[in-house]
Amino acid sequence: MSLDLQVLNHLASEKELDTLQYAKENSIDHQKLIGAIKSLLALPGEYIKAEQKQISSWVLTNEGEDFMKNGSYEYNLYNSVPKDGILQKDLMKLPNSKIGFSKAMTLGWIKMDKKHENGPTIFRAVEETTDVVKDVLSNIQSKNPVPDKSVQDLKKRKLISSSVTKFYSVSKGEGFRTDIEKPEADLTADMLQDGTWKSKNFKDYNFTAKGAPVVGGCLHPLLKVRTEFRRIFLDMGFTEMPTNQFVENGFWNFDALFQPQQHPARDAHDTFFISDPQMTPKEAFPPGYLEKVIEVHEKGGYGSTGYNYDWKIEEAQKNILRTHTTAVSTRMLYKLGQQEKFVPTKLFSIDRVFRNETLDATHLAEFHQIEGLIADRNLSLGHLIGVLHAFFKKLGLEKLKFKPAYNPYTEPSMEIFSYHPGLKKWVEVGNSGIFRPEMLLPMGLPRDVNVIAWGLSLERPTMIKYGINNIRELIGPKVNLNMVQANPICRLDKN
Amino acid sequence: SSGINAEWPLRPGFEDLCFDFGVELDDIVEEEGITKFKIDIPANRYDLLCVEGLSQGLNVFLGKTTLPRYTVLRARERLHVDGSVEGVRPYVVAAVLRDITLTEDSYNSFILLQDKLHQNIGRERSLVSIGTHDLDTIQGPFKYHALPPPEIKFQPLNQDTVMTAPQMFDIFRKNYLKPYLQIIESSPVYPLITDVNGTVLSLPPVINGNHSKISLSTRNIFIEVTAKDRKKAGIVLDTICGAFSEYCTTPHTIEAVEIVQADGSTFSSPKMGSRIEEYDSAELCLKSGIKTATPEQLADLLTKMCLRASVAGEKLKVEIGPTRHDILHQCDVEEDIAIAYGYNNIPQVLPDLYTIAVEQDVNKLSDSVREELARCGFTEVLTFSLCSRDDVSVNLRIPEAVGGAVQISNPKTFEFQVVRTTLLPGMLKTASCNRNMPLPLKLFEVSDIVVKDTLTETGTKNYRYVCALFAGKTSGFEVVHGLLDRVMLMLDVKDYHIQQTSDPMFFPGRGADIILGTKKIGHLGILHPEVLEKFDVTLPCSVLEFNLDPFV
Repeated sequence: MSLDLQVLNHLASEKELDTLQYAKENSIDHQKLIGAIKSLLALPGEYIKAEQKQISSWVLTNEGEDFMKNGSYEYNLYNSVPKDGILQKDLMKLPNSKIGFSKAMTLGWIKMDKKHENGPTIFRAVEETTDVVKDVLSNIQSKNPVPDKSVQDLKKRKLISSSVTKFYSVSKGEGFRTDIEKPEADLTADMLQDGTWKSKNFKDYNFTAKGAPVVGGCLHPLLKVRTEFRRIFLDMGFTEMPTNQFVENGFWNFDALFQPQQHPARDAHDTFFISDPQMTPKEAFPPGYLEKVIEVHEKGGYGSTGYNYDWKIEEAQKNILRTHTTAVSTRMLYKLGQQEKFVPTKLFSIDRVFRNETLDATHLAEFHQIEGLIADRNLSLGHLIGVLHAFFKKLGLEKLKFKPAYNPYTEPSMEIFSYHPGLKKWVEVGNSGIFRPEMLLPMGLPRDVNVIAWGLSLERPTMIKYGINNIRELIGPKVNLNMVQANPICRLDKN
Repeated sequence: SSGINAEWPLRPGFEDLCFDFGVELDDIVEEEGITKFKIDIPANRYDLLCVEGLSQGLNVFLGKTTLPRYTVLRARERLHVDGSVEGVRPYVVAAVLRDITLTEDSYNSFILLQDKLHQNIGRERSLVSIGTHDLDTIQGPFKYHALPPPEIKFQPLNQDTVMTAPQMFDIFRKNYLKPYLQIIESSPVYPLITDVNGTVLSLPPVINGNHSKISLSTRNIFIEVTAKDRKKAGIVLDTICGAFSEYCTTPHTIEAVEIVQADGSTFSSPKMGSRIEEYDSAELCLKSGIKTATPEQLADLLTKMCLRASVAGEKLKVEIGPTRHDILHQCDVEEDIAIAYGYNNIPQVLPDLYTIAVEQDVNKLSDSVREELARCGFTEVLTFSLCSRDDVSVNLRIPEAVGGAVQISNPKTFEFQVVRTTLLPGMLKTASCNRNMPLPLKLFEVSDIVVKDTLTETGTKNYRYVCALFAGKTSGFEVVHGLLDRVMLMLDVKDYHIQQTSDPMFFPGRGADIILGTKKIGHLGILHPEVLEKFDVTLPCSVLEFNLDPFV
């Protein structure tokens, strides 16, 4: 018979059930009995009533248990004293002899001859004795009555401690019966089918527990942010550029942007060069345009002094991993310049760029660059500032300020700072500027066409947004998949 | 007069002043008991690279002082250029700062400016290097020529003995001068500047002679600048003279040196020249976004930026002095107007431009496919485009595949040797690093791979690939197969099938090609245990990878 039924049957004939007593009488583990009582209490319809009670009792400490097993210190010491005595210094070598000695002296079990010829010597004072402490402990363990004074002594010696035991006094409830109908955990299709749901009892639902984990796929956090940025650009009427071209040549990555060939960015320290296929053939550069680019670098023109150096085609031909998506923007602007009639244009891209830099917690050899540009007649710095405010507002960044900066292919150039309420400081969020005429005019764009542009990395705002300190936890093989799976919906405008 | 004041950076508002001017107070550090302010200077503003220049720039910006006028006195010294330098370091310019008094601070600043110019515009001395000498210890006319190394013999700066060029190079190879040796080492002759008595002033770009070294008590300084780039040599000399002539008894006065070139022609250096440009005031206003400024106001703004300007009708006459070599074009002047006006005072306007956005088809489709894959219970990963040669070849049991990969010539580690030709290595590394995840692991990535392609401009081509990986207690081949069927269903594609392959990447008999129409577009299968071992994956894996481009 199950324990809960046993309890019900007992109550059918008895008025009350004391769980401690019942457990002892029937050799049942008290905790198991309590479990059965609790499950009876959980049944709908009040099978039983239970009143919680408690009693305190004495239990043996670890040292007390040790006495039970090995005898008390004083008894052991007494037994170590031979009939003809022992030198005190030898006796004191025994374990726990200090306590044992003082107790045995107090009890008058031993005596000392301080003037003995070999030095202070201990003799038995009584012929024999019993281990009183052990006897008391034994009585306590068996719950036999013990004189109060003995209990206080043992408590002082930390051989016993008091312990509270909780138990129930159980009686019949309003809905007492001796048969148990198990309540249903869940509503099933069968119950609907046969209509038994009407008569069944249902278990209470645990509303504090978590729901079952959902097994499903998910998108990567950085790419969720990319989706948001794409949407912002599309909202603002920007057309996406074809950036699926990781390998570029020096010409479109640097030269066409009026970036001189001795510029440090073109060093092996900063740029990945390609050994195979190493070069772009000269013929691939648009004839006519190529000559104009050379001219503007070497001698200037279009109102510029130029850089006055010997431009080398070999540097332009070198294949590299693009260091910025602006290489693609440049190709797009060249195409725009080649059109018969200029059409105002808004373009954007978000894609990977590569830098042969030293890696650290926030820098990798490859990252995603976000870039936007507008080409139209008579655009000014005021327009750039206006567009940047509109763009960053969509990211939830309303407070912007701008710092003059230098960039080889934009002039004027501005670094964009935003006040971060979380970090409580101004942080750099991007770079911007107006493309130099030395870059645009050789392409054939009309003189009054200005191109305003800005760029930022995708990783930095993502790391700030999600509080990720090490970029390797976001990108690459060491990505934390738990983080990927627990990452919330990206809402850039809601901080 | 430049108002060098060590306390200035500590005053309130200094950081904001820097911000508005376009330099950045980066850090304040204690070094050797001295408080040092690290200020980032824009890479084209050589004139701001020393305390003298930066203080002057900021003081002029604040209207506390005016831009000095420089006077170049007629040359008293001559420097002959010999044809022998042509192949090694062809250009030289020089100047003399007479009756100069340097304090310990200004002396240190003088040395520091040379270091900075060596580093940036000089590109670690390869393009330009500077030598400064106590003119009273040497005697003109001077000579710039080149000699075979064994014939060069002098006591180099801060060395105890006279030695030959090869001997000193052996010493320099072990100290901080090592990086500069290779600039001339491959040349049969080394460049040399000597005086009329044959005393060596310098062996550019490596070392000066000890004989003519300057000290705090030097009163007349001979400055020589040698270069591979004539323009940059001029900029460097102008910059040094512009900043340090203020310490001459007659401030801002520089004595010229006559340079006699190999062909006998002569010119006077330094140029310290100004050019006058005329700009249309309305155009300047338009581009900088300052709609309301009068030509007079524009002229005032430019004056704050160390550019003298005056109104000439509708035009603005701007004098671009010898310290503003960064001004190449009207747009540089427009930036200075905007800075002086204050970037943050410029009224913002939205461009009046209506456009309709168009997405790239390949990106639009990729995003739709990514959503579908996630809906199928797969988790997206983001892996690196660069990897090792082995990752795309021997580790996948296809050694010959390395030939198709784009190779990087200067990787810092083996992880950046090639551009990936497959998404698989990144996926396997991710699986290997995430062993604590509940099984099975279901991952995907939709991203670009790159292969060589002789038909394109750069000889390379990106393809958009889809890759999915299943790792669990069982291989899960049927899972990735099912995923393929699902993706094809979503792409509304019916004319595809899979066909067994003997691709060595797969477990024997458990690999298949994906055929679209009649063309292979990818493959799927159970990975070979040797592949798993290479990537340190301990579970059986099935993968699916195909090219998305045919579906765009």
